Amino acid sequence: MTITRSRARRKRVWYLLLLLPYVGLLWLPFYARAEPGLWGLPFFYWYQFMWVFITIGLIALVNWRSQ
Amino acid sequence: MTTGLNWPATLVFIFFFFLVAIVGFLSARLHPADLNNLSEWGLGGRRFGVVITWFLLGGDFYTAYTIIAFPAFVYGAGAIAFYALPYAILIYPFFFVVMPRLWLVCKRRNYLTLADFTMGRYGSRSLALAVAVTGILATVPYIALQLIGMQVTISALGVHGAAWLNDLPLAIAFIVLAAFAYTSGLRAPASIAFLKDTMVYIFVVAAVIWIPLKFGGFGHVLRKAGDVLAARPVPAALILPHDQFLPFATLAIGSALAVFLYPHAATGVLSASSSSALRVNASLLPIYTLLLGFLGLLGYIAIAADIHVQSTDDVLPLLVLKAFPSWFAGFCLAAVAIGALVPAAIMAIAASNLFTRNIYREYLRPLASAGDESAMAKSASVVIILSSLLFVIFGNRSYAIVLQLLGGVWIMQTLPTILVGLFVRWFDPKALISGWFAGMVSGTGMVWSQGLRSAVYPMRIGGTTLASYAAIDSVLINLIVAAGLTVVLKSLGVSDVQDETLPADYGESVACPASGK
Repeated sequence: MTITRSRARRKRVWYLLLLLPYVGLLWLPFYARAEPGLWGLPFFYWYQFMWVFITIGLIALVNWRSQ
Repeated sequence: MTTGLNWPATLVFIFFFFLVAIVGFLSARLHPADLNNLSEWGLGGRRFGVVITWFLLGGDFYTAYTIIAFPAFVYGAGAIAFYALPYAILIYPFFFVVMPRLWLVCKRRNYLTLADFTMGRYGSRSLALAVAVTGILATVPYIALQLIGMQVTISALGVHGAAWLNDLPLAIAFIVLAAFAYTSGLRAPASIAFLKDTMVYIFVVAAVIWIPLKFGGFGHVLRKAGDVLAARPVPAALILPHDQFLPFATLAIGSALAVFLYPHAATGVLSASSSSALRVNASLLPIYTLLLGFLGLLGYIAIAADIHVQSTDDVLPLLVLKAFPSWFAGFCLAAVAIGALVPAAIMAIAASNLFTRNIYREYLRPLASAGDESAMAKSASVVIILSSLLFVIFGNRSYAIVLQLLGGVWIMQTLPTILVGLFVRWFDPKALISGWFAGMVSGTGMVWSQGLRSAVYPMRIGGTTLASYAAIDSVLINLIVAAGLTVVLKSLGVSDVQDETLPADYGESVACPASGK
């Protein structure tokens, strides 16, 4: 019982990764800027696009590790 | 008859539109079953796997109105409009944690709507009614907005004539919609969502590659758009200014929290075949968000391409017509118009499910059989679609937009009941109703005080003014009232603790202990 419960808790720790997109995208003073640009896109825009990929990766990772 | 009709674009448009309509009618054959059962008609028999769920939920969130309104908002307001991108990302970690839980309890207890869940979890008919009514109120203007999205694309084809002629194509489209929602239920949007999304992806990818090249590359386009925005009578910016940080962040997080409280989103989620189909989708659905981001950039491209409009809703159709050959423009506009059918059908079905299960069966005909329920829901969907059609044809377009703005604030008031209720059964149902009422009144008041033009409310605290999304402010009031009253009722020992669900209903593997997982 205790073994399964601590294992469940260890799996649950992976869920904390899901908080990262909220920090990354709500922390506006960090990314509301023009430089550095990428392919003509100001930082403000490509940073948001980048988080789409990071979020996909994080959710897939948590889904895999928490099974 | 009509002047300036763009024939190549119109013919391509009509061809794709009818192709999709035929698929919609044939879709009753997708996983055939007895459509006289509400969970078959209204939830597709909870049989949709990863792929269909992906298309269905994608069609649900990224609607025709999104495709029209997001570039229009960027065109008109600059950086603040891009809150939609963080919003459409932050939905999904939340989705991953919450929705499999919702699916599990609804599957095990055979709940078809969020109000069914409320009834089971809290045993309170009035709370379930509040959830059902809020859901219907928030959904109907959303359907009207889809019609407006379609209207905008049709008028871009050059259909300008007598008033009745203007509305004829729209009326035909929505009678088709009502007919296939009636006959096939949720299977109809599920099968056309695939076609619609394929078309939208082709359109957006072509637009993102081709249009910037045509107008001098992204760097040039954005510099020019920035200059034009800064020189406007009401200046806007390419990079979010400091005083818009809080509105941007609260709009993003507030919209992300509210989206799954909408009946049509719940319908999409509950029709999935398993909780793991939903977990996999949490990491696949953000692919649509990339598409959304590109659509937003098209708003800047329209500025740089010297598109001038009377109504910003025309930005995207005009850009498409200016940048592409007519036949391809017709294809793109058809993609947008078909994009209206999928969410409008899901929304109408979701609102009918709510009406049938939580108002008709609960209050009007408690002894309704499964066949009666299904027949009622089918007729309700037709009434809902036709009334939003009449609303758009005879009413004022701006009412639909205002009501949808308010709808976002209203639907948020079911968050303490649904979202908190999925995890803990702590709140008292009477306290939740009081909180809901306080939130509805204060939220409506905040939007009202802004002349019904904006859901961003400038709250004065001490000497400073903090502008934030009214849905967030009002749901905080709601939570404070609900929590305060719950504490009082519990301390008096009169709190209602009825709950038909069991902790095991929400867990992944507990229901089948023999599976060894």
